[in-house]
Amino acid sequence: MQRNYKLANRRFVIGALFIIVIILYIVRLFNLQVVDEKYKIMANDNAFLTQTIYPSRGIIYDRQMRELVFNQPAYDLLVTMRNVKNLDTLDFCKTLGITKEVFDDRMAEIRDRRRNRGYSSYTQQVFSTQLTDEVFARMQEAMYRFEGFELRPRTIRQYKYSIAPLILGSIREVNVNEIKKDDYYKRGDFVGDFGVEKSYEKYLRGEKGKAILLRDAHSRILGHYEDGKYDQDPVAGHDLVLTIDAELQQYAEKLMKNKIGALVAIEPSTGEVLAMVSSPTFDPRLLVGHARARNYQELFLNPYKPLFDRAISAAYPPGSTFKPTQGLIGLQEGVISQYTSLPCSGGFVFGNFRMGCHDGEAAWTLAPAIATSCNGYFGWCLYRVLTNSRKYPKQTTLTAFEAWKNYMVSMGYGYRLGIDLPGESRGFIPNPQYYSKNFGTENWSPVSIISISIGQGEILATPLQIANLAATIANRGYYFVPHLVKEISGIEQIPDTFLQPHKTMVAPKNYDVVVEGMRQAATIGTVRTAGNLAPEGIELCGKTGTAQNPHGRDHSVFMGFAPRVSPRIAVCCYVENAGFGATFAVPIGSLVIEKYLNDTISERRKPMEEEMMNASTLMWMDVYK
Amino acid sequence: MSFFKTFDWFTFLLYLILVVLGWYTINAASYDFDEGASIFDFARPSGKQAVWFGLATFLIVLILCIDAKTYMGIAPYLYIGVMFLLFLTIFIGTNINGSHSWIKIGTFSIQPAEFGKFSTSLMLAWLFSQYGFRFTEFTDFLKACFVILLPVGLIILQNETGSALVYFSLILLFYRQGMSGVVLWVGFCFVLIFVLGLIYGEALVLFLIPFMVIAMIYGFMDDRVNTWRMLGVVVAVNLLYYALRHWIDLPASISKYVVYRWVGLSLCGGTILYCLWLTLYERVRKYLVVGIFAFAFLGFHFSVDYAFDHILQEHQRGRIEVLLGLKEDLKGAGYNVNQAKIAIGSGGLSGKGYLQGTQTKLSYVPEQETDFIFCTVGEEQGFVGSASLLLLYLVFIIRLIVLAERQRNIFSQVYGYCVTCIFFFHVAINVGMVIGYVPVIGIPLPFFSYGGSSLWSFTILLFIFLKLDASRIERY
Repeated sequence: MQRNYKLANRRFVIGALFIIVIILYIVRLFNLQVVDEKYKIMANDNAFLTQTIYPSRGIIYDRQMRELVFNQPAYDLLVTMRNVKNLDTLDFCKTLGITKEVFDDRMAEIRDRRRNRGYSSYTQQVFSTQLTDEVFARMQEAMYRFEGFELRPRTIRQYKYSIAPLILGSIREVNVNEIKKDDYYKRGDFVGDFGVEKSYEKYLRGEKGKAILLRDAHSRILGHYEDGKYDQDPVAGHDLVLTIDAELQQYAEKLMKNKIGALVAIEPSTGEVLAMVSSPTFDPRLLVGHARARNYQELFLNPYKPLFDRAISAAYPPGSTFKPTQGLIGLQEGVISQYTSLPCSGGFVFGNFRMGCHDGEAAWTLAPAIATSCNGYFGWCLYRVLTNSRKYPKQTTLTAFEAWKNYMVSMGYGYRLGIDLPGESRGFIPNPQYYSKNFGTENWSPVSIISISIGQGEILATPLQIANLAATIANRGYYFVPHLVKEISGIEQIPDTFLQPHKTMVAPKNYDVVVEGMRQAATIGTVRTAGNLAPEGIELCGKTGTAQNPHGRDHSVFMGFAPRVSPRIAVCCYVENAGFGATFAVPIGSLVIEKYLNDTISERRKPMEEEMMNASTLMWMDVYK
Repeated sequence: MSFFKTFDWFTFLLYLILVVLGWYTINAASYDFDEGASIFDFARPSGKQAVWFGLATFLIVLILCIDAKTYMGIAPYLYIGVMFLLFLTIFIGTNINGSHSWIKIGTFSIQPAEFGKFSTSLMLAWLFSQYGFRFTEFTDFLKACFVILLPVGLIILQNETGSALVYFSLILLFYRQGMSGVVLWVGFCFVLIFVLGLIYGEALVLFLIPFMVIAMIYGFMDDRVNTWRMLGVVVAVNLLYYALRHWIDLPASISKYVVYRWVGLSLCGGTILYCLWLTLYERVRKYLVVGIFAFAFLGFHFSVDYAFDHILQEHQRGRIEVLLGLKEDLKGAGYNVNQAKIAIGSGGLSGKGYLQGTQTKLSYVPEQETDFIFCTVGEEQGFVGSASLLLLYLVFIIRLIVLAERQRNIFSQVYGYCVTCIFFFHVAINVGMVIGYVPVIGIPLPFFSYGGSSLWSFTILLFIFLKLDASRIERY
């Protein structure tokens, strides 16, 4: 063979070509495998499916350890398209209680990748969620006939008692903001919406567990990675024991039925809320499962605003229930003593100014003034406080009013008390600057604001604050922040803020005078009048209020506690547009007290109980005086 | 000299290493995490591959026993026989995804296209060794082309384009045997025009064509004077264009690309005309050829879009678009390659370890035992393993060149180059496809991909050459 040496050199060109290609490939491999991290992450996303195992949410009990809120299994119906074989559609639709059209639509929807992203015929798809018990029972029996379908248990919240929806709260799916704020949440998780479900969310939710599963290209699950070595068990949420007494709550709700307003009952010695009603109320079960969205919408649009927690969010004029605080301030400031009598000439009359009073002309000392709710007395009392030039020689009114405001704040008014529920209102206690601004001068006269002495004017308070006042008086000068949670399982104690007593700026001995007045109110005064029968064997102390209301009929208010010595319950009852305090608020409040202390209502008072339960004040809602 | 002294044991060793590594990898690729079966389980690909290899050893012994001269003698008959089989396959082949390249005989399936490779190689070698055959003669060149294009045509008719493309690798053999390097250059230019045209559009192509032509005048005509002359003009015109564009603000209605189109077209046209003028002036026909190529470049560029939209099938178009990064389609045409890249990329420097790969085991990578087997190497053995494998192939192929070059007769040398080209093409295209450098063309990785037909075909291809090499001292 002849060798052509020029051509033979071409072997180097060919060899070089091979070498260049292989070098290019090796560089590429180096980029893919060593330099670029992207593919490692994508590989994990591919092969590992981290499945969340949901912990069971904490259970909620009342103070007697009665279960209020618990977890109930609900069932979702799942379908794996690939495994659906020989389905008798008619039978299926009949059992599930749907029509053939609904079935076809739903199946088409599941298969449609545009509407159901990430659809795979190998994985389970949700056919329908939260079957009703009845449907579930039917389906479970028939499941063997429906190959490819499966029932998956899921827990939803359920309620033993149809009470206290705004205290218990409910759960809903998390929204985008919550997911952004807290890493814990993923789409589709549940979160407490209001009530203690919301405020104790961190305790109730527990810790999620996870299972790392291997999955193949068809999204079929092939088992646990490394036999579950990296899996984590979920930790169940903490149980809550509420301070609420379910039966008292139920009873109070019955009394408040068909009335607009609120009732708050507190154990004075601890600040524990025994019952808290916002009326009208609704069944917490309405906000469970399927129907939640529709029912929520309905409640939201309801003109009586059942979702508005009147007990803590509504700021009302406290009316005459405010008077004891004025007496306390007067005593503490030294402008009156328990023996001082102040005139009432059919009210507080100052020059041309007149603040009327209902009980004619008299001169009372503090205790009977409280018992009869004498406007004149408290007008003069506040006048004395605000003109106390001996104590406040310079800018007397402003300085004295500043001191007055501080007394009020120390009694829990003007700021949020800090109850463990979302949405508390702070009420309103004006400060001197407020009036200076409003009147345009610092030299305003105490007379022009005298109506605040009887809880009118600018003063606003929540029923919770009024109940807290009752508790403070019952305690003779201190209160605990009202709270709803008594115990959190697995946690040593409830937050410290609920365990520290708050002392008011008024000395305990001054409280005795006011307690005496409130006792007299129950025996001879306003609380006793208007045909109310005092509860037997209970030393009830109370104060009525008839809060004038610029928008309509007066509100009926009652604040009280019992027994007089070592009180066990303090109550505020506020009924909107119900007229005199004695007509609605006093009976309801006293019945709640009697129920709590005696467990039964005396025969004598049964007719009144029945009357209260059946009475309605709704027709007065938009009625003008 | 005895057979054992002349036989190339080094290549044989490389062969054994590759086959055993391949078998080992097939086991990993088809391994099931849960079942964890034995490598010898005959129900599994690795077990079957062991059987194929066992049978292949018989083939090896048989091939080595046959006298080397016989191969030359039977080459035409073998070629005609295999071509007939390929022809038959078009009609009797089983339809697998629209391709009719497999014949079923009982439970066995064979792919005749695999046997086309060595028979065509033998036929080419026979043709080149005929008395009076001169490759540089046009008629002989056509004969050689015919030998290659016949199986290509038949395989394309079976709708198995990937296997048909393998034969085009023999252009390297032609180059070695005296075909002008211009052809390779022109081929390279065509690919460049196609790819750059689709990705970057017209301006770049028009800019490059004059330079491609100038490179031909320099490289193949060795005409320094005209090279510098043309280069000077082309560079000057381009610089002038950019300078003017920099200084003159065009009205917004006129796109700068439109303007460059005319500049570029005039440059290309000027180049062609200059070549024609040189043909007449210098009386050298080669200038005409260069001019014609230049014209062909332009024509090709303007017909790319048409060809792309109308001649390619939709799946081919999709693959090319994805490859060139014109379209991201991770669920469709891009799925395989993307998953392959994920599998390889997740291997890291040293890999996840044998049988530890998640991507390949969980069947994210399609065809993981056959065409995409390189992914398993990449995932489990990492950069170290996959780069070593490529180097092993490189050593193997370079060794084949060395063997081909030491042949003393044209038959063995041509056959040797055929073998080299075919192996190289398979490795380059298969690995290139898996790492996303080459469009998805379903051809196996020699000795690695699972399958009896391909293992046997590569074994026959290689060992006929080793037999010829072992007999290189004999005269015939």
